[in-house]
Amino acid sequence: MSGYAFIGGRGARLDAPEKVSGRATYTDDLTRPGMLLGALLQSPLAHARIKRLDASRAAALPGVAAVLTWENAPHTRFGVSPARHDETVLCHDKVRYIGDELAAVAAVDRVTALEAVSLIEVEYEPLPPLLDVEAALAPGAPQIHEDYQGNLCAQVEQAFGDLEAARASAYLVRTDRLSNKMQSGAFLEPQCALAEVDLRGRLTLTSSTQSPHYVARTVAMVLGLPEHQVRVVMPRVGGGFGPKAAASSLELCTCLLAQLTGRPVKTLFTREQVFLHARARHQFFHTMTTGVDREGRLLFLDHEAILDGGAYASFGIATAYYAGSLLGAPYRLPAMRFRSRRVVTNKPACGAQRGHGGVIARALFETQLDRFAEELGLDPIELRLRNVMEEGERSCNDLAMSSLGMRECLEAVRDRSSWKLRKARPGGGRGVGAACGFFVSGAGYPIYRSRTFHCTVVTRVDESGSGVEVQSGAAEIGQGCDTMLATITAEVLGLPLDRIRVRSGDTDLGLDLGAYSSRTTLMTGHAAREAAEAVREAIVAVLAAALGVAPGAIAFRDGRVLVEGAEAAALEAIRTEYRREHRGWSGLPEGGPLTFAEAARLAFLERGTIVGTGKYRPPPLGGSFKGAAVGTSPAYGCSAQIAEVAVDLETGQVKVERVTAAHDCGQAINRTQVEGQMHGCVSMGLGEALMEEVVFDGQGRVANPSLADYRIPTALDMPEIETIIVESHEPNGPFGAKEVGEGGIMPTIPAVLNAIYNATGVMIEELPASPERILAALRARRAREPG
Amino acid sequence: MKRFVSLTVNGRRYELAVAPNRTLLELLREDLGLTGTKHGCGEGDCGACAVLLDGTPVNSCLVLALEAEGREVTTIEGVARGSELDPLQQAFVEHGAVQCGYCTPGMILVGKAHLAARPRTTAGEVRRAISGNLCRCTGYQKIVEAILACGERPEEGGR
Ligand code: FES
Ligand code: FES
Repeated sequence: MSGYAFIGGRGARLDAPEKVSGRATYTDDLTRPGMLLGALLQSPLAHARIKRLDASRAAALPGVAAVLTWENAPHTRFGVSPARHDETVLCHDKVRYIGDELAAVAAVDRVTALEAVSLIEVEYEPLPPLLDVEAALAPGAPQIHEDYQGNLCAQVEQAFGDLEAARASAYLVRTDRLSNKMQSGAFLEPQCALAEVDLRGRLTLTSSTQSPHYVARTVAMVLGLPEHQVRVVMPRVGGGFGPKAAASSLELCTCLLAQLTGRPVKTLFTREQVFLHARARHQFFHTMTTGVDREGRLLFLDHEAILDGGAYASFGIATAYYAGSLLGAPYRLPAMRFRSRRVVTNKPACGAQRGHGGVIARALFETQLDRFAEELGLDPIELRLRNVMEEGERSCNDLAMSSLGMRECLEAVRDRSSWKLRKARPGGGRGVGAACGFFVSGAGYPIYRSRTFHCTVVTRVDESGSGVEVQSGAAEIGQGCDTMLATITAEVLGLPLDRIRVRSGDTDLGLDLGAYSSRTTLMTGHAAREAAEAVREAIVAVLAAALGVAPGAIAFRDGRVLVEGAEAAALEAIRTEYRREHRGWSGLPEGGPLTFAEAARLAFLERGTIVGTGKYRPPPLGGSFKGAAVGTSPAYGCSAQIAEVAVDLETGQVKVERVTAAHDCGQAINRTQVEGQMHGCVSMGLGEALMEEVVFDGQGRVANPSLADYRIPTALDMPEIETIIVESHEPNGPFGAKEVGEGGIMPTIPAVLNAIYNATGVMIEELPASPERILAALRARRAREPG
Repeated sequence: MKRFVSLTVNGRRYELAVAPNRTLLELLREDLGLTGTKHGCGEGDCGACAVLLDGTPVNSCLVLALEAEGREVTTIEGVARGSELDPLQQAFVEHGAVQCGYCTPGMILVGKAHLAARPRTTAGEVRRAISGNLCRCTGYQKIVEAILACGERPEEGGR
């Protein structure tokens, strides 16, 4: 097969033993001597002017160590996109959603902190809350932010190819709509932050973040600290999926309270606060007008999107671009126009979530393809196969397909599911649906404008030569990047995984932009490979000189260093020296080629500590148009899925019975982990397709802020998933690898919607496809077609 | 007013003074430092805090510490024998049933209780047994596989 010793295998995760034994530590598991507990005062109103805030009673409460309000908090604005810094640590003039932070308290225990929060008096002048995009866009609507004229936070317009000519030549044109509801990341670990300041004024923030680097920059900027005085560490993190990527007031307040008190402070969100803070999937309203020729070849896509962004920008500018750009592939699309508006409303801010920006757009587009297939009498997979791009092609919006196993994915799911038994005529309550997906393998540019490398890795051989430590700032949030880094290092050094340690998630260890945009395997994997190769070269150079052989005569395998053409006496000299250093030890090398430890020890004795460094920055990528930075990536993952569903026509209940999923992740680094990402993607996609919906009451309050009322799939909701790993070779990826963590969610919603259509003949235009919505659609259809 | 409670945790007896509204989860995590039991919601909705109370899974965030009087609690820290993992823990490692790991302690305890009651189990039964334990990362499939692998005669496909 691949000829790799470790890559493409099924090695166990490095952190699995500590996680199964309960020894893994997450932020809330940490305590410090003298630690205080923090609590936040959050707005009970969705939109109001703050007339007066009086925290004197809170400050006077015994046990309270510090109270933070606008008066003593920094006023620096922050946010994700530097062009949209619209948040402050605490509110000053206005509150903009239920949950907006007004004050923070540190006290000896949680009960006291919460009591203090309840003692803070705030007088509001209520303003009309704008709770949906219509209200926010209405002429004369109050402005939520001074800077966002007409409550528009971003407006995107992109056009590629000759849309009008394509429209004129189209054989079929149709316009369809789809919207979703706001979602929750629903990661199991609520956000938690622990801040401590040492006696030299250096701040360490331990946080359940997925981007220590961006958080550290924000903390330094807002607190006005030089960058060397801020360190951000992530211990184990209980899932992120996007919402944990942005720096938050929780983190900043905790840092400030630690500064104010000189004591460690820890603040933990409740589950309700996770819902209030949100920063999860936006609500999207998509309208697509699409045209095909007689053979079902796509001619154009005219796409409009409105995003309900909630109260702040967060990642939303990127979201607004991704919603359009990700439809440029994997199908040949000669002309595409995309217009989107991101609207601010008085609801929790939305941000990035798995499949950032593209999930609902993809769902609508893929259901449209099925409608075209039906109108043309074509098999939906055949229609897709007629349109898929091949490796080497470039999309109309300049996305370069350096590798693309789209055709292989489609054929694989077609051949390994019940597709052949699918009835073309919809109805009967059982259905099969297919869809494709496409996603970036890392954002081409950092969030802030910079030539910065996107990641660095330092690989250091122990002075003993016996083990290797990989140090990186990468964010292990459960997706398995520590194990990926170890596997790549193992492959380069021919060294078993148990000899490699990975330290990550710490800004002191190196720069890494974090776990988002499905970037870590391609980017940090590259850097790890480079660092390990530098280590290997250093050892080779020392060994080649010592043995008088050419560097090319030295190979690393199975924990050994094989040298061709070396004199036995010279080899023996190295071994003798190593053994002499270890007099009295057992298990010393005897016979056979040099061990890695012997070779690496020699390298240390000659050169001092052997350290290799690696880095990665994407090459210049296509597109010079506005917004080209969002969507261009060094590589793209693609996927296809088939969902088989049973719909109860009486109750509207949908049961997904089986999903067949294929994903092109390039060379798989660890097959078990690739499958795990695919399973997780399908599960989140099914939740979004069928049940997940943050509900708001008329005042803008989340009406279902619990995991009982906001339903995510349980083990009983999940079908058997067959996973098929398609391995193209990605020239821009380390060992040919690319993404799987986010792209795998793309086909799930449309595959389910297409299956529901196949089962019932109804198109769902608003997600989730809950029983009520299915029944309503069935009723509407019956009303339209009497008899 | 604090009250005394005596209970056995992972085979060791403890006597502690606790506030009447203290939960078993708080007692374990904060008083005993057994942080392997996770807090995901505090409302009985997620199963991350599951422990065994006299062998039966409970969500420890819903159990008052005082209710554990005289009872035997098993937490994730009590599952391995020293540094030797329990077969079910080992199966979780080998099957890739762990991602972020936050649901893992609860899953393993519920899985153990289920296997103790139904050693010859099926995938369907396992899914039912863990249906109160949410996992956002894995889609459950590898968790089900890991638990089935520790059954007496893992039966495929039965749902
Ligand atoms: S923390 Fe107890 S059920 Fe969620
Ligand atoms: S592994 Fe993350 S919640 Fe289950």
